[in-house]
Amino acid sequence: MTQTTLSYPGNREPVAFTQEELGWLPWLEPYPADQLTERHWAGLVDASRAKSPYFMLLARDPDILQARTKTDKDIFYNTSNGLPRAEREIAATAASRYNGCIFCASVHSRFASQYSKRKDDVQRLLDQGTDTDIDPRWNAIIAASVALTATPVAFGDAEIEALRAAGLDDLEIVDVINGAAFFNWANRLMLSLGEPTPPTKLA
Amino acid sequence: MSAAPPDVIDLLAGIEPASPLYDIRNQRAQARENAQKSYLALFEPEVPGDLTTVERFAVANFVAGLHRQPAVAEFYAAGLHRLAERRISDAIVTEISRGSTRGPYGRYPDGPLSVEDVAGPGYQVAPENQQVLGRKLIAALEHAHLLVFHPRDASPAALQTLLNAGWSTTGIVTLSQLISFLAFQIRVVAGLRTLSSASEAPVDVPRTAVFTGVLASGRV
Repeated sequence: MTQTTLSYPGNREPVAFTQEELGWLPWLEPYPADQLTERHWAGLVDASRAKSPYFMLLARDPDILQARTKTDKDIFYNTSNGLPRAEREIAATAASRYNGCIFCASVHSRFASQYSKRKDDVQRLLDQGTDTDIDPRWNAIIAASVALTATPVAFGDAEIEALRAAGLDDLEIVDVINGAAFFNWANRLMLSLGEPTPPTKLA
Repeated sequence: MSAAPPDVIDLLAGIEPASPLYDIRNQRAQARENAQKSYLALFEPEVPGDLTTVERFAVANFVAGLHRQPAVAEFYAAGLHRLAERRISDAIVTEISRGSTRGPYGRYPDGPLSVEDVAGPGYQVAPENQQVLGRKLIAALEHAHLLVFHPRDASPAALQTLLNAGWSTTGIVTLSQLISFLAFQIRVVAGLRTLSSASEAPVDVPRTAVFTGVLASGRV
């Protein structure tokens, strides 16, 4: 079988960061839906993800997909203690903004706005970039996420001190580390395996 | 089979059982367990998949070396050293120093973000290492450099280069996961190491607990 990439000459890729709902098109053929085995369904974790071309492409290696998805869910959804969800989403958005993943930033800025009720502040992070000045606590979370996203990593004692000065305890700091680090995984997959499509309402 | 392997993140971050950070990591037990399962799925897979173990560790050695985190770089270098001929390990060492730079850089789609485009170096495996690495590993290292330092420059053409070098579609998915997982694992290790060394004098928690609630409400 000849394997080639997929292309979408008609797609108008979004050219700015947005909180609107974007789509995503894969550059490689997703796993065929009619060939999903039990192992693939386990990899998808939620059956609803079989509708997503992104997860269906990743389902080609179901074991790593399953472990990745479960890592993701605990880092972001386990809010029985630690950092509030909104601020985990700020870490994810900051990493995505700095790496330049317009799709990831759209999803997680929307979550940040939903949980913080601070849509305008979130939009400033998207419009002005990670150097924007929001408030001491968000500034510290954004700066720490950016330092951790740089290659080589630039995260050091100064970032820890700023997070502590902003009131974060060590569990909350670990939530920032996990959230920003995880998006260095997600951004690279999203950016390198496909392309975003314009907001649904404009499509 | 040997006993269950140690938790790689704890190992590389120097986190001892019953230490404060060990206990904190346990509060995200699913994340901890599945970060380890991710490592195992990529480096000790139950189903062999489309990458050889040597390919997995060669790419990991390269990616970890580019991040310049000594503990992680040594771990994957030792893995490759166990599995592969010396000349492959040696080739990776020279490719790490040839490929080292700073990221993220890259271009945005033409538009308002173009003012944020940052130029950076391309990377190609040295001619003298091409024979020892072979065309699949050459393509994998060149793709890894793109993903590590300038992922926003990714393109279908970059994937076509992998296909042309003999990678399957499924193999590219596994390769992409491996490189991207390492970008995560290396950052967790770096973050936890920094926090661990800064944890000698933690701030007073009761004071911050109240304050945190106020700040999180967004009323500041």
